Amino acid sequence: MLKLLYFARLREALGVANEELALPGDVRDVAGLMANLAARGGVWQTQFDGGPQIRAAVNQELVANSAAIKAGDEVAFFPPVTGG
Amino acid sequence: MVKVQHEDFDAGVEIAKLRLTRPDIGAVAVFIGQVRDINDGSSVTSMTLEHYPGMTEKMLEDIVAQAKSRCDIFDAVVIHRVGILQPTDQVVLVAVVGAHRGAAFTACEFIMDHLKTQAPFWKKEATGSGERWVEARDSDKAAKARWKQ
Repeated sequence: MLKLLYFARLREALGVANEELALPGDVRDVAGLMANLAARGGVWQTQFDGGPQIRAAVNQELVANSAAIKAGDEVAFFPPVTGG
Repeated sequence: MVKVQHEDFDAGVEIAKLRLTRPDIGAVAVFIGQVRDINDGSSVTSMTLEHYPGMTEKMLEDIVAQAKSRCDIFDAVVIHRVGILQPTDQVVLVAVVGAHRGAAFTACEFIMDHLKTQAPFWKKEATGSGERWVEARDSDKAAKARWKQ
């Protein structure tokens, strides 16, 4: 299983803060997971398929979309950060 | 030491604790960020700060560790508030101690520039015309980029 988290504008757009997802067989990296989520259609496609800029973290580390994903990972998606 | 908290902080108390940790401290550099009542031309009535519990603390610890390895400082404290804040409320405290002011100033800026672009916080402003998520600024990205070498 993967633990997926969504934050801020993305969480509001999707209407979901977190979910558990069985690692899809063809997903190897963050980009693959984003394509899988985009394939849900509707707002998921808008957000994950060339929509607003989205950042990813795997196991609470900021990563590039080429970062590998394996079962048990915590993967978070969120817009560019705006703290401080 | 890093802390993410809802409640306000007392910068005087935090600075006093930090500067008394060792007698060879000669410089204390401090940054405090506070909520403005105007942003991008709209009046801001309140601000809600969201974060990614767990990752936020790890990222802040990592930024402080980077500052300590890069600048000649002894220690740093970062306190960042979350939740609903009003104009003039304090948002963030960065306090750095070292032997001399140069490294302390530099480390303070280094920490803020990296916090702004890497720590997972998000601001949502309430304005007279509704709520809006704050957009990331290119000037913040540029401020962080200048530390690369």
